[in-house]
Amino acid sequence: MAELLRFEHVEISYGGESVVHDVSFSVKPGEILGLVGESGSGKSTLMKSAIGLLGNNGLVTRGDILFEGKNIPDLSEKELRKIRGARMGMIFQDAGASLCPIRTIGEQIYESMSAHRKISRQDARNQALALFDKLHFKDGKRIWDSYPFELSGGMNQRAGIAIAMLMQPAVLLADEPTSALDVAVQKQVVEEMKQLRDLFGTAILLVTHDIGVVSAMADTVLVLKDGYQVEYGPARQVLEHPMHEYTRKLLAAVPKLRRA
Amino acid sequence: MEPILQVSGLTKTFHANGKPDFTAVDQVSFLLYPGETVGIVGESGCGKSTLAKLLCRLLDVTEGTIRLCGQDITKARDRELFGAYRNIQMVFQDPLTSFDPRRTLGDGIGESLRNAGVSKTERERRVVELLEQCGLSETFAGRYPHEVSGGQCQRAAIARALAIKPKLLLCDEATSALDVTVQQQIMELLKELREKEKLSYLFICHNLALVQSFCDRVLVMHEGKIVEEGTTDQVIFYPQSDYTKILLDSIL
Ligand SMILES: Nc1ncnc2c1ncn2[C@@H]1O[C@H](COP(=O)(O)OP(=O)(O)OP(=O)(O)O)[C@@H](O)[C@H]1O
Ligand SMILES: Nc1ncnc2c1ncn2[C@@H]1O[C@H](COP(=O)(O)OP(=O)(O)OP(=O)(O)O)[C@@H](O)[C@H]1O
Ligand SMILES: [Mg+2]
Ligand SMILES: [Mg+2]
Repeated sequence: MAELLRFEHVEISYGGESVVHDVSFSVKPGEILGLVGESGSGKSTLMKSAIGLLGNNGLVTRGDILFEGKNIPDLSEKELRKIRGARMGMIFQDAGASLCPIRTIGEQIYESMSAHRKISRQDARNQALALFDKLHFKDGKRIWDSYPFELSGGMNQRAGIAIAMLMQPAVLLADEPTSALDVAVQKQVVEEMKQLRDLFGTAILLVTHDIGVVSAMADTVLVLKDGYQVEYGPARQVLEHPMHEYTRKLLAAVPKLRRA
Repeated sequence: MEPILQVSGLTKTFHANGKPDFTAVDQVSFLLYPGETVGIVGESGCGKSTLAKLLCRLLDVTEGTIRLCGQDITKARDRELFGAYRNIQMVFQDPLTSFDPRRTLGDGIGESLRNAGVSKTERERRVVELLEQCGLSETFAGRYPHEVSGGQCQRAAIARALAIKPKLLLCDEATSALDVTVQQQIMELLKELREKEKLSYLFICHNLALVQSFCDRVLVMHEGKIVEEGTTDQVIFYPQSDYTKILLDSIL
């Protein structure tokens, strides 16, 4: 099938200093790409660049980011807004900071859903509550009426996941989507993201430092170090036969549970 | 030996207009001894962060008592609370929002030292030293919180909590944004401080392998209550409560 999103020799800098160098990859519909790498290596930067959210000092200085035939860095803010949420969803690394602090989760979900299509508040709520259940929320109605400060770190993270998933985007950019979740909830969230892929053919760019999550989800894996792409290939190959020394170091450092 | 932290019957009920009361922490009691490391695990939303915020008095206690280094701090305010912060520090779950966006990371890290009357030159020296211990170069002192990566911000938060050399460190998912190699480096630092400075930890973490490698004892929380406790290996090898069993079965 045709590619949905393609990075071609992308270089990105903040305030003139380049932090991502010559990165190239692509995803097809329904493909899950795992992005792993050292803290500060440029993972979040790559995700934000795909959706035009690098901020005022960030810039794509070289290469192309092609999505549905358009080059993202060339698009106006107005054109980007049409893509964000509806065609490309983003789950931010800092869940708490990415939600609006003065509006309830329900208001934020209704607003994002109704921005791109006609939907009643009641329909939005029903869809959200059904997804909340699957994301292991015990009391969905309370979540719908809560402000972010009334929820825990992992609850806000799941609220962010729900907002992105309810839009059924073509591409989901998920930046550490399960970092604040206990393993039981994490397992459920991983299942739901795979469901989204299976049902709607959503392609997922997944940033995570949890190698267990990568191997449970990813079809392909890209390893980043100091802004350089050091390894890229099918997930099994990269995880079982890492070529680069850094990948080996990364896999060896995973803490493992001893059981009786 | 006297416990460094003595928590008894600690309860937090949130009240909000038009909403039913919500008890997030329910009759929690435990002891923590100097140099000891206690892990807290439990489902998302079970009350771990609320408990930690009660312990460092960022939230008012509804019921129960907290004694830190023999002193009752349950209702401590102003000067008394300031004094307590020399003994107890916290690394917050949400590192970005725990820094003032208008001030540099260096400012934030040095704040407790300034409050303690440490001179400017000494402060600057310590900030650089702390950053380096956490794997960050000194240039990070001049950066703002939104100009660094998630894991870099988290490491700056660890540096800030260590600045005043507390006796007890509350770590709320303090390494959750770090890749495993950097995580390893931070864990080495925490272990070294435990040995050299007799630092005690309350370590909230959903990574059970990490809890196993770092904690002496572990408390399992469920819906605001402690449902299981024991030595780390006891709880992981022979889980008793249903919830602990589910947790152990869910590891990917
Ligand atoms: N707004 C900014 N201004 C200047 N530098 C920035 C900015 N945002 C990020 N950086 C720098 O760019 C580099 C890449 O950051 P990025 O957030 O992409 O890393 P990351 O791989 O997501 O790391 P982590 O795993 O810690 O979240 C880092 O060195 C960071 O300090
Ligand atoms: N200010 C508040 N008002 C009302 N309810 C709150 C408030 N703060 C927290 N809660 C509720 O208390 C419960 C416990 O939250 P807490 O943040 O302590 O959970 P947690 O164990 O740290 O979870 P996580 O692992 O997801 O971070 C949650 O159900 C949350 O919705
Ligand atoms: Mg990041
Ligand atoms: Mg928490």
